[in-house]
Amino acid sequence: MSNSANIKIIDEKCTGCTLCVKVCPFGAIEMKDKKAVIDLSKCTLCGACVEACKFEAIILKKSDEKKVDFSLYKDVWVFCEQKKGEIQSISYELLGKGRELADKLGVDLCGILLGDKINDKCQDLIARGADKIYLVESPKLSAYQDEPYTEVLTRLVQKYKPEIVLCGATVIGRSLISRVAVKVRAGLTADCTGLDIDPDEKLLLQTRPAFGGNIMATIITPNTRPQMSTVRHKVMKEMDPSSGRKGEIVKEEFPDDVYLSRSMLLDIVEEVEETINLTEADIIVSGGRGLGAPENFSIIRELALTLNAAVGASRSAVDADWIPYSHQVGQTGKTVCPKLYIACGISGQIQHLIGMKSSDVIVAINKDPDAPIFSVATYGIVEDLFKVVPKLTEHFKKILGK
Amino acid sequence: MKILVLIKQVPETTDVKIDPVTNTLKREGVQSIINPFDMYAIEEALRIKERLGGGEVVAISMGPPQAKDALAEAISMGCDSAVLLSDRKFAGSDTYATSYTLSQAVRKIGDFKIILCGKQASDGDTAQVGPGISTHLDIPQVTYVKKIEELTPDKARVERMTEEGYDIIEIPLPAVFTVVKEINEPRLPSLKGKMRAKKAEIPVWTAEDISCDEEKIGLDGSPTRVVKVFTPPPREGGQILEGEPEEVARQLAEFLKDVVVG
Amino acid sequence: MDYLLTEEQQMIKDLCRQIAEEKIKPVAAEYDESGEFAWDIIKILAESDVFGIYIPEQYGGMGGGVMDLAIATEELSWGCGGISLGFAATGLGTFPILLFGNEEQKQKYLPDIASGKKLAAFCLTEAEAGSDAGSIKTTAKKEGDHYVLNGTKQWITNAGEAEVYTVVAITDKSKGARGASAFIVDKDTPGVSFGKKENKMGIRSSATREVIFTDCKIPRENLLGKEGLGFIVAMKTFDSSRPGVAAQALGIAQRALDEVLKYTHERRQFGQAISSFQGVQFMIADMATQLEAARALIYSAARMIDSGAKNIAKVSAMCKMYASDAAMKITTDAVQLFGGYGYMKEYPVEKLMRDAKITQIYEGTNQIQRGVIASSCIKESLS
Repeated sequence: MSNSANIKIIDEKCTGCTLCVKVCPFGAIEMKDKKAVIDLSKCTLCGACVEACKFEAIILKKSDEKKVDFSLYKDVWVFCEQKKGEIQSISYELLGKGRELADKLGVDLCGILLGDKINDKCQDLIARGADKIYLVESPKLSAYQDEPYTEVLTRLVQKYKPEIVLCGATVIGRSLISRVAVKVRAGLTADCTGLDIDPDEKLLLQTRPAFGGNIMATIITPNTRPQMSTVRHKVMKEMDPSSGRKGEIVKEEFPDDVYLSRSMLLDIVEEVEETINLTEADIIVSGGRGLGAPENFSIIRELALTLNAAVGASRSAVDADWIPYSHQVGQTGKTVCPKLYIACGISGQIQHLIGMKSSDVIVAINKDPDAPIFSVATYGIVEDLFKVVPKLTEHFKKILGK
Repeated sequence: MKILVLIKQVPETTDVKIDPVTNTLKREGVQSIINPFDMYAIEEALRIKERLGGGEVVAISMGPPQAKDALAEAISMGCDSAVLLSDRKFAGSDTYATSYTLSQAVRKIGDFKIILCGKQASDGDTAQVGPGISTHLDIPQVTYVKKIEELTPDKARVERMTEEGYDIIEIPLPAVFTVVKEINEPRLPSLKGKMRAKKAEIPVWTAEDISCDEEKIGLDGSPTRVVKVFTPPPREGGQILEGEPEEVARQLAEFLKDVVVG
Repeated sequence: MDYLLTEEQQMIKDLCRQIAEEKIKPVAAEYDESGEFAWDIIKILAESDVFGIYIPEQYGGMGGGVMDLAIATEELSWGCGGISLGFAATGLGTFPILLFGNEEQKQKYLPDIASGKKLAAFCLTEAEAGSDAGSIKTTAKKEGDHYVLNGTKQWITNAGEAEVYTVVAITDKSKGARGASAFIVDKDTPGVSFGKKENKMGIRSSATREVIFTDCKIPRENLLGKEGLGFIVAMKTFDSSRPGVAAQALGIAQRALDEVLKYTHERRQFGQAISSFQGVQFMIADMATQLEAARALIYSAARMIDSGAKNIAKVSAMCKMYASDAAMKITTDAVQLFGGYGYMKEYPVEKLMRDAKITQIYEGTNQIQRGVIASSCIKESLS
């Protein structure tokens, strides 16, 4: 075993600027005699300090790597999630991005579809950008179950050797792809907000947030194939369907034992949401502590109704029992990424921002000029929300002819 | 009969802020806590023990030596014992290496019915370790468990939370469950628990103690590699609209016209 | 500030503060409004082993003393002085058993109290006997192997919710000060009934009722100590429990100061935070200093009691008197510093002022405390 990975500070280059100390998420760096010293018992080799050091005084060394030949691995795969025979929109978003990646690499984009009597959906996926669909049909695959889906996808990957596999960061996607990654001993990066191809090495550059979104990391998996990523809903853009597209359908079948499952799916229960699903919504109007009382959510609801928007809430409002938890946006609630997010009476604590700051347009209405929400707002109004919001509703009603 | 809970010590993310001057992460005085989702796993493990009328709840964590504090807290809530997996060789582990290492420890402990994890950790947010462990150990799993409806020593019937509602799944034991917040309300530690935690001996296992294949642990065992860490560009400062409420409302509605109609 | 607490005491302080912040503070205003007894908080305290803090280990407790009880009471009262009383008043009702109970009585009652399964209440005061405790009229007549209790106790904290009542009643009127005895009475004993819940100015979540004894027969075994020791039991009980009342006042006052510091920083007038005005600063300085002085006196008294010192009446009375007077001043100043907002129920400080008042009155009015202190000083100077 060659000398293993380690990290060290080059004293001669260290100027004692302490940037690395501040950046380390684990508090593993200290200054001793004006030089940085890393406490190896706390260091997790995350590399944040290497990036921060302006003097290149920190070296993170990986162990000598054997160069593996990955020339047999080709194509970009997208796992197409279906529920009750309906393709989930995350699949289209992944195909949209996958198309871009496949074009950069000059390879095919393939959709992977598992289900029962579902082959009529293949054309739909091809119209959305796929060149080829690998289709596996069986009554035992009609609804997602961890073990059979894992086994099928693993075998497909092992047989056809894709270089990239993309999957939705959904309940199904995350449960499934983590298992496959372990089975094929491949690197998996979760919740990517950015995917790109490195022009030199042709590697997949996977960018994702960490520490609740306070830092971003770009990750590669150079020594394993396929390179696997999950992506959250509404992060990537779908391709407009192009019905004329042509593609190939490859049917695969497996022996019965592949479809065995130790767990049994007894029932699928849908809970009716009387309002628009928060994570799907294009527009969200949220209320926070500034509303002062539960009945004041009616002001939020009025505006939401006018805009055909979903109603969100900050944790303060939910904790105060003004609105159910299903409306909570934030670190311990839902993450949303709508086109428009209107925050009323929400101060914008970091836990809330984490849940909504990647919205396209953010509007903040708060009477406290120092509220942190204004730092992320595209448009800010420092005013009593009770004076502004009803007027806003009025104006929108006019614009929308309601 | 053991019930295992896998926990992780994470920085209190609410304390992790960006320094507006240097645009880097500020870490001064950041507390370490048990990953919030793991608190629900610990609570569920304790409830399972109460439900089955017996068993031993063992908390396990992989981390640097200070992660012992997290395990002590788990004991103060009621866990019977704890084990820390700590070794310089584990540093730099991604989720593959972490799930492998934890599963090796689980194998060493043996005689377990249920392994519980929080659905994801608040620092990495990958949600991959739970399913990874289930795969390494080749035992069935259910993720996003929001309720354990029925429980016998041999099987369980659980509700898995989905985007639209929930699925009902029956699963034989031993199995891995990752749990969501909706499953319970974690209890506070008790004084007797805190006393027990103070006196508790928490063994530290190294890579050798749990017979790890060196190629599967630490940075070298991790297929994923961080090449860059940066602070996200701050959102471009927006504009503050000023004027009388009637006027700013009108202005704003104008600006948003396209977004709203389109 | 480092109060040189032991590790165990710090543990108690941290846990009780966590309970106060996470569980008590969010519901305090609601309970104050409704006056309902906070059984759900009692359950949490029981599950966290808080009830056993001051009870010896062999009865299922943690073996702590008055200091540990004071620390716990202070932190819980920081959350709410009314809700914390379910715990603190149980302490008052338990001390007679701790100090004067025989082994059988301790075995019978302490484990359930330590586990939080049963609450306790102390019954001395009557309609005509407040400060003049000597003129209580409730009688306990010996009849064979029973005592029969008759009379009405007034303003008893935890009455109706507690299972265990320690009662002082007259067994021999002719003996004057030596004519009272202390007893343990179970709630479900026939002849025990309760009056309506009193509608109070403050500590509204705590249950205050009359306890009525009508030909209530209790077994002879329930006598605490010997006949005639009744007032001694009461005095010794108060000596140990007064730091607890002081701690309750301290917790309320600390909360008031914390709210003031937050508010004065946020509230802006004349273009600045009001905490930048000297007038406000001087008030804050006085509040903070009185608070620390109260704390120092309480800790001093508690540690002295725990060390087994004999003459604790004076310091016990001092800390109760000082802390409660300080709490009244501090909470009143808090309302003043909040200005108009302080007067509104929406803001937390008016409740603190209402809650603080009782600490100057019960468990011996501050006038009685001054009497105790003075006679102690005089006695010492003459010896």
